[in-house]
Amino acid sequence: MSQYQQAQGGERVASKPFDKTRSARDAIAQLRDGMTLGIGGWGPRRKPMSLVREILRSPLKDLTVVSYGGPDVGMLCAAGKVKKLIFAFVTMDAIPLEPYYRKARESGAIEIEEYDEGMFEWGLRAAGMRMSFLPTRCGLATDVLAKNPRLKTIASPYADGEVYVAMPALNLDAALIHVNESDRLGNTLVRGHDVFFDHLFARASAHTIVSTEVLHDRLAVDADTARQNPFERYLVQSVVHAPGGAHPTYLGPNYGWDMEHLKKYNASASEENGWQKYVEEFISGGEEAYLAKVGGAERISKLKLPVF
Amino acid sequence: MSNDATLAELMIVAASETWRGNGEVLASGITTIPRLGASLAKMTHSPELLMTDSESYLVSEPVPLGARGDTVPKYEGYMGFERVFECVWGGKRHAMIGPTQIDRWAQTNLSVVGDYAKPKSAVLGVRGLPGNSINHINSFFVPAHNTRVFVAGEVDMVSGVGYKPERWAPGMKRDYADIRIVVTNLCVMDFGGPDHAARVVTLHPGVSFEQVQAATGFPLLKIDRLGETPLPTAEQLAIIRKLDPHNLRGAVLKDNPPAVKPAA
Repeated sequence: MSQYQQAQGGERVASKPFDKTRSARDAIAQLRDGMTLGIGGWGPRRKPMSLVREILRSPLKDLTVVSYGGPDVGMLCAAGKVKKLIFAFVTMDAIPLEPYYRKARESGAIEIEEYDEGMFEWGLRAAGMRMSFLPTRCGLATDVLAKNPRLKTIASPYADGEVYVAMPALNLDAALIHVNESDRLGNTLVRGHDVFFDHLFARASAHTIVSTEVLHDRLAVDADTARQNPFERYLVQSVVHAPGGAHPTYLGPNYGWDMEHLKKYNASASEENGWQKYVEEFISGGEEAYLAKVGGAERISKLKLPVF
Repeated sequence: MSNDATLAELMIVAASETWRGNGEVLASGITTIPRLGASLAKMTHSPELLMTDSESYLVSEPVPLGARGDTVPKYEGYMGFERVFECVWGGKRHAMIGPTQIDRWAQTNLSVVGDYAKPKSAVLGVRGLPGNSINHINSFFVPAHNTRVFVAGEVDMVSGVGYKPERWAPGMKRDYADIRIVVTNLCVMDFGGPDHAARVVTLHPGVSFEQVQAATGFPLLKIDRLGETPLPTAEQLAIIRKLDPHNLRGAVLKDNPPAVKPAA
């Protein structure tokens, strides 16, 4: 992307050619209005929330957000950052209905492109493989097809002639992903039970910003641990050290979701100026103040892992 | 005797029956009653079923609901989300979920109620319904049987496919769409009538066909020799209680009614 070349001009220092670390503010400053932004994680699980909060603090606007949605989508909707949402669902699991997504959706404030979860995966895969589409049966005979003018079908060129949905590539200008560990080169480890589709977000994206709970100079691990590496470092352009970076969502095995905080966030949606109050209390003061406000590293590390 | 069974427990037993004879497939019961139904099926008549811990792993025994102290599930394999999708596309699954709306063609909705552009109520989004419904067996769970769920026309946003011919263009493969039963708080239904018309298969104790019809927005048939949904046996109740030690099933239905209403 030429926008990135511009934004990154002269930034790479010869003596540290592989150091991709930067502050959250610098990482987010590389983004531009109107970009298509993929957000890793799933619902209220391993969301790159510190990066999302940095977007809330930035002047960025008119974003197209591509996400297996949780409070990331809700907060970006609440802040008016979202022009269009590409999604299959938005939920916080234990709080099934995301209040700010609902407000935005019900008021017609955001454009919508709604896909089946698997179609969504297929779109990311197509982008990562530099294909224009991938065929799938998912979406046929439903309103996903009928209500989306972008979607077309395609007939098999072989004898069967079966008709499929041609799921278009979900090409991302940038992707945000939170991991348990990363080094300065962008070698990452996801230590929880599920990578979700973060590897596909990284592949679908022109520029991936990884936030990491733990930052190493250089990752040196045994072979078993190396299997927890979800994608190659050449897919990573920026690394942001962000302890507590998934809070209030669930980062296995480090900490569970913060139900108390999510309930407070949820309740704010039905209070007068609730979002403004939430922003003033938690977002405006910066990330350090945020972590202190929610109880600090110690409290976060003690948040119980969810039982499903 | 099992006369002290709750309606929720009767529904769990009814739900479990839908996984009988499915073979080695992933049994996904989403939310309390469907999950307990799948668990009961695996613990009794269909041990060949595959199940997960509802997060990422396959387990050889169903995991009890809620806090479980130091008890570690008996893992037998891995089933992260990416693998679940692959399982879906390969058709090796029977899921039971609770849609927001169901219509006479067995089409389901989990996305929005009302106008699509400016809905009255945004629910979750279509989630995996389009893919599930066109690829593998599905059943449904409805905790409050009424005309807002069983709508008169088409569901507001068709998320899961059904049997409405106009929705299927030539060349689209319908062979894998297979909708089995709907377990509600009033009855068990299927779509086994002529042209997949909805039928009442069993009525829960004390419920009349007319009552079910009045709570349904489209015409219902009844199977020949329409009978009563069986009460849980003592053995089934014991298993259910073990699988749900915190009685989460007691919070699903309004007022947690008994399976058999006491005589007035």
